[in-house]
Amino acid sequence: MNDAVRLIDVKEAIQADNERVAEDLRARLAETRTFLLNLMSAPGAGKTRTILKTLEVLRDRLRFGVLEADIESTVDAERVAATGISAVQLRTGGFCHLDASMVAKGLAALDLEALDVVIIENVGNLVCPAEFDTGAIKNVMILSVPEGDDKPLKYPLMFTVSDVLLVNKVDYLGLSDFDLAAMRERVVRLNPDIQIFEISAKTGQGIDQWAAWLEGEARRFIDA
Amino acid sequence: MHELPITKRILDIALEHARGHKVARIVRIHLKIGALSDLENEWIQRYFDYLSRGTVAENARLAITRSPIVMRCRGCARSFEVAREELGQVRCPGCSASRLELVSGREYLVENMEVL
Repeated sequence: MNDAVRLIDVKEAIQADNERVAEDLRARLAETRTFLLNLMSAPGAGKTRTILKTLEVLRDRLRFGVLEADIESTVDAERVAATGISAVQLRTGGFCHLDASMVAKGLAALDLEALDVVIIENVGNLVCPAEFDTGAIKNVMILSVPEGDDKPLKYPLMFTVSDVLLVNKVDYLGLSDFDLAAMRERVVRLNPDIQIFEISAKTGQGIDQWAAWLEGEARRFIDA
Repeated sequence: MHELPITKRILDIALEHARGHKVARIVRIHLKIGALSDLENEWIQRYFDYLSRGTVAENARLAITRSPIVMRCRGCARSFEVAREELGQVRCPGCSASRLELVSGREYLVENMEVL
């Protein structure tokens, strides 16, 4: 029977489908002039709180929407909606990440023409979200001090796909052996272009600098 | 973790190509996956076995080749391979600079398949 075996050439990228959807989404965002930001981190690193703090600083200057991804709950979307910002809850139903078509579906519930910036709060996970293009214009990740300075070694892909690294909970630095210099050195060996901001979403430390970066990038995109 | 959606795409791509070639059975699918991917070969196969039941790809084996992680030095532009465990710790073997960018190591490709 073996002589009947034929070889079929395929040469197809497994992620090509998702990347097409992501490109279509970016084209649509360019039309509506909406800056889409993908925020990723491990669970508990402070994504929701960072979003809330960022909104406090920028909500009078830019029109925001938030897309909350969660495996089951709606807690985070409720926290955002309580501030009066449009928030859409995406329940991923067990999926560990968002892909571009899930994001497109979530965005359909928002009036993009009336929004300058939409922040995606991705599923809390440092592995899977790094593999899937969401259609966002920029990728931002949070690493919080209690997680440890060795995370770039354990989750290198996430650090290579992110444009910005927010080091959150710097108010804990005095209580931990987190070595900021060692962490920075590890990150630059994975991604020399990544911008690093040290913040505390709790005390507000460093939020202004991060918010200034976000506003600058958003305006550059909107005015392009 | 995300083996399921990736495996679903592998199956869809294989079945799509099988349709155009009068395939009775897919025996083996050759995949090229970057060493930076955290996917586990064993789980991809398990999900594949589950998803492919009742299709021409049932019982097909997945042959996975890992393509190396390649970094490029921002100092001297030299490209070199890096092992997964050394990421974030190596310097450029040429000029010892530490500003390194990723060139490849995250690809996901269905290369070809053996069919009957």
